[in-house]
Amino acid sequence: MAREFVPQIITSNHLIEGDSIYLTEAGAWSRIAADAMLLANAEIAATTLATANLQTDLHVGAYLADATHFRETFRAVGPSNYFHGKQAV
Amino acid sequence: MYIYNDFDEEFVRNRVDQFRDQINRRISGALTEDEFKPLRLMNGLYLQLHAYMLRVAVPYGTLNGRQMRQLAYIADRWDKGYGHFTTRQNIQYNWPKLNEVADILEALADVEMHAIQTSGNCIRNVTADHFAGASADEFEDPRPTAELLRQWSTDHPEFTYLPRKFKIAVSGAAHDRAVVRAHDIGLYLRRNDAGEAGYEVVIGGGLGRTPMVGKTVQEFLPKADLLPYLEAVLKVYNLKGRRDNKYKARIKILVQETGLDVLKARIDAQFVICKASFKGVPDSILAPIEAAFAPPVFNNTRSAALDDALSNDPLLQSWVDTNLAAHKNPAYTIVTVSLKAVGQTPGDASSDQMRVLAALAEDFGHDELRVSHEQNIILPHIRRADIPQVYARLREAGLATANIGLLSDIIACPGMDYCALATARSIPVAKEIAVRFNELKLEQDIGPLKIKISGCINACGHHHVAHIGILGLEKKGVESYQITLGGDATQNMVVGKRAGPGFAADEILPAMERLIGAYLDIREDNSETFLDTFRRLGDAPFKAALYPVEEAKNAA
Repeated sequence: MAREFVPQIITSNHLIEGDSIYLTEAGAWSRIAADAMLLANAEIAATTLATANLQTDLHVGAYLADATHFRETFRAVGPSNYFHGKQAV
Repeated sequence: MYIYNDFDEEFVRNRVDQFRDQINRRISGALTEDEFKPLRLMNGLYLQLHAYMLRVAVPYGTLNGRQMRQLAYIADRWDKGYGHFTTRQNIQYNWPKLNEVADILEALADVEMHAIQTSGNCIRNVTADHFAGASADEFEDPRPTAELLRQWSTDHPEFTYLPRKFKIAVSGAAHDRAVVRAHDIGLYLRRNDAGEAGYEVVIGGGLGRTPMVGKTVQEFLPKADLLPYLEAVLKVYNLKGRRDNKYKARIKILVQETGLDVLKARIDAQFVICKASFKGVPDSILAPIEAAFAPPVFNNTRSAALDDALSNDPLLQSWVDTNLAAHKNPAYTIVTVSLKAVGQTPGDASSDQMRVLAALAEDFGHDELRVSHEQNIILPHIRRADIPQVYARLREAGLATANIGLLSDIIACPGMDYCALATARSIPVAKEIAVRFNELKLEQDIGPLKIKISGCINACGHHHVAHIGILGLEKKGVESYQITLGGDATQNMVVGKRAGPGFAADEILPAMERLIGAYLDIREDNSETFLDTFRRLGDAPFKAALYPVEEAKNAA
């Protein structure tokens, strides 16, 4: 049985700051994880990612992510040792 | 200190200009990320979870005050006011912006520093004993060798695209403080029966997913043969090392798959060819290197200042007991400044702290500083009489933690707080352990103990060679921590054994308490260290402490 598709987001790192950024419904990039568009369909997710990857002068290494995974939680918040990542904003 | 000659200066400046142009072309869109990535990695620039990271080389861990001040300036001007000292004696900045990296490199070049070959499949920054040139147990300073290798390996045209990264470490003392046997090539300075200087050459050591203790391939290599011999090793590796599988590409796998004897025969055959065409290192190169590492002019006047201060200051006494090491000059001592204040991030120093360290080196320490692979800073030449003043200034700066070699002197990689490769966090685990055992006031009683934490299988935190190693992994969508026991990073290197299943993030601290509690219960007396107890009794009593329920089941 094929694994059930877990809704995903498209996230990347900003070209200049390297900060984690998220593709929104409007097709723009936001620095806030909560703004991320949720993709419930694997096919649409793949084509949206392919489109996002054309904007290579804006960001680096876009990928599909499970927003509930702890790695993404850390990326969305910033490091735990100093509060000067996204927490500080 | 080695001072750049015109060639070094021009090379580093040219590289800054070149990389500035490459960055501009990336930003303008003229270069794609696929084209740019290998270029930025050659200049030490990584992309991590929250930002870029710039890894700056500290050759063989040696710095002067001016360089340390510049590192502080860079931290303030272009980063967030701190830097992270690593297990390869380098410093990493966690927040540089791409469009400012060339300015940072320019500022580094101003003090004869750079980030070249701190990444990529080349010969990386050569590391050395952090007590080099100072320690009482040293018979030869390893830094002239390390500097010669730096010059030889920098931008070496043949060894810029090796199958995988290549790390070299050098030690010239009775005790190996440079984890020599965990390197692709490890060098121990030796003297033969005739009193001539040479090297014991070790190859194929490494940690990572396949930890291996390096094997001796030459018991005694005459000093003059070093470069042709290393060239032979690297030529054989470059040709025969596996390029089909990244995880099998290090020389340790070549040693394992080929067998040491067969590989040695190949190296020896290649060495004959290399040696025939090698004309020796000219004196015009060797002499300035040797001169650069001549010992400082020591001030041998003694005073009772330290003894007087010790008699009325128990905190100073405790710090002197743990953080000082024997210097070859009896009027001097080696100070290890702990970057492991309880509750702080192991290896981090603020810009203010860096400036204090620079000033102490300049005012009391013959302008020398070292970065240790254990993520501390060394003041290698401090007059014993100056210790009370040095200690007072360290204390003011929050740098007087008395824990060197003890439980809270933990190595921890940046882990998933920063690193894109990490599978779990390391820093919070290190902090929790240090804070808890500080509350219990047991650290002194526990005695010498090396805890090392890695946030992924690549083992930057050296967990395999810790007395108690912790490896952070992902298991079923949560962080999970495996414990290894009985590792040893010294010349008698041992890779620790996995104790059993991993612990969840909220279980790792209680597990450590049970483990260390068991040690306190079963040691013969308080002079028997954790490692000695482990060696005497094996892992059974420690496993029983770590997995009490399993034990109960087995007993039933």
